[in-house]
Formats: sequence, structure tokens, C-alpha cells
Amino acid sequence: MKDNIILRIVAKLLIPLVILFALYVQFHGDYSPGGGFQAGVIFSSALILYRLIFGLQAGNEVIPRPILKLLASLGVLLYAGTGVVTMLMGGEFLDYSVLADTPIHGQHTGIILVELGVGFTVSATMLLIFDAFAGRPLATQNTTTGKRDD
Amino acid sequence: MIDIIIDMVLLLFLTVMAFTILRLRDLLSMAMILGLYSLLMAGLFMVMDAPDVAFTEAAVGSGVATILMLVTLTLTRIRYEKKAAGLQWRPLIIVLLTGAALLYGIHDIPPVGDIEAPAQQHVADRYIAEARNETGVPNMVTAVLASYRGFDTLGEVVVIFTAGIGVMLLLGNGTRRYRG
Repeated sequence: MKDNIILRIVAKLLIPLVILFALYVQFHGDYSPGGGFQAGVIFSSALILYRLIFGLQAGNEVIPRPILKLLASLGVLLYAGTGVVTMLMGGEFLDYSVLADTPIHGQHTGIILVELGVGFTVSATMLLIFDAFAGRPLATQNTTTGKRDD
Repeated sequence: MIDIIIDMVLLLFLTVMAFTILRLRDLLSMAMILGLYSLLMAGLFMVMDAPDVAFTEAAVGSGVATILMLVTLTLTRIRYEKKAAGLQWRPLIIVLLTGAALLYGIHDIPPVGDIEAPAQQHVADRYIAEARNETGVPNMVTAVLASYRGFDTLGEVVVIFTAGIGVMLLLGNGTRRYRG
């Protein structure tokens, strides 16, 4: 599909805007609708669009697969790790109030940290799932008729 | 008034989409219309003042899920749904019974925004009154999801992570080079 000029130009216009919107949803999630999950899926949909237009190979060069796998696990680690840190600082698991000097600051810090973790995991996992599907070899048989058609 | 009109139009198109999917045999068109169905659902969520859910439905339901279905269709090279031989009585009875049960269940659903509804009786009052003061986050939905229900959300993140690992184990690592 990378030979189609309309698709290519529209994608180049859209993708940065979608990524920007994803970052807005992520970091403005405390004030406006959205949060880590929404930001993650919007971010990954931008990169999936890139893969659809420019190919899986080019898409993998943007963020290499090992880094995606790292990000997916890092998100869970960041979330659960925030919980462990609150325990070490004398609170209960995921009770962010102890993270900063006042409970409100602590809550705010904790929420931003765990939302970031959610965003990492969701965006990376969506991309990994898409790659796993798109990276499969094509079936050599037409499964409806059972006849080889290539 | 305008709310009702928008609701009606969205629900009407939703029904049209559902019946179109029933009539179609071409799987590619079915996947596309299922995407449109999700987009209409996102519109409905927006009308119901749930923009968070609308975001998710638009991005996952009509975006990622549709694309995954299209990729699967490309890989498996199945184009048409197999035509069933004659009328299928058993599935028809099951569907009719389930539909009747759902219609019967509608009577017990409280109206939208009813303060007497069981969902509003438990902890909702406290969240509405205290979320801003206790967490300093103006968006109550974020406060509930990330702080009050932080443990649930951790579970959800682990579920997504596990799903990703499962897909990678089943379908391989996506190491094949793309030919497009």
C-alpha cells in the first residue's frame, strides 16, 4: 500500500496528530476524560496505521520489537512497583498518600505513575498483538474450498 | 429533545447495521460493518456522557479489533461464510429464549441517572463528595480507577499483558518479514 500517494500523505498528516492526542489523553487524564488505557490504544492505533501503510518492516524500525516487549513488561512493573514502594514507605499496597509530603500530592503522584504504567503496557501489548497477527505466514490453502489457490 | 433524536438516529443505524451483518455472507464486509457498529456504539456512549468509554470503544472496537479481524481474514483466506443447510431450529430456539429473557430483564433496570438505583447507593456518594479533596484530581473517573480502585486496574493491566503474551506464544513472534 506504500505506493498509494493519497494514503501515504493522509497517513503522514494524521499519525503525528493522533500521537499528540494520545499524549494529551495520557498526561491530561487527571483533568479531562481519558487516562492510561485510552492513551495507550490511541497511541497504538497511530502506529498500527503506520504499519498498514508503510509495512510491518518499517513499523518495526520505528520501535524495535525488543523495546516493545520491554515496554509491555515495564508498564506492569511500574504499576505494581508503585504499590510496593507505597508499602515500603509505610502505607498499604497502592495507597499513594505516603508517596509525597502531603496525602494529596502523594495521591496525584501515584495516579500519574500508575496511569503511565497502564499506558506503556496497553500501547506496547496492542502493537505486539498486531505484529503477531500480521507477521504470520499466509495460509497456502483456501480453507473454504480446501483447494490450493496459489 | 435533541438528545432523544440523536439517540433514536444512533439506535436506528445500530439496528440497521445488525441486520446487515445478519444478511451478509461476505466476511470482509461483515468485519467492516462490525467496525461501523462499534463506532455508533462509541457515539451512544458519548451521548450517555461517558467519553472515556467512547474513546476506548472507538479505538479498540472499531479500530484495532476491526484491523485484527481483517488481518485474520487475509491470513486464513476465508472469504465467505458457509451457508447453513435449511433452518437451524436449535440455535433459533436458544436465541429466542435469550432474547425473551433479556427483554424480561429490561423491567428491572433502573432508568438512566436514577439516584435510587443500587449502583448509586453504595460508595458513589463518597466518591462524588470526597474524590477531589482526597486525591486532588479533578477528573473523578481517573481518581476512582487509578486510586480508589487501583487494585482492580492493576488486575486489568496484568490481564492485557497476559493476553499479549498468550497471543505471542500461540501465533509466534511476528519475526517473518513483511512482503508488502
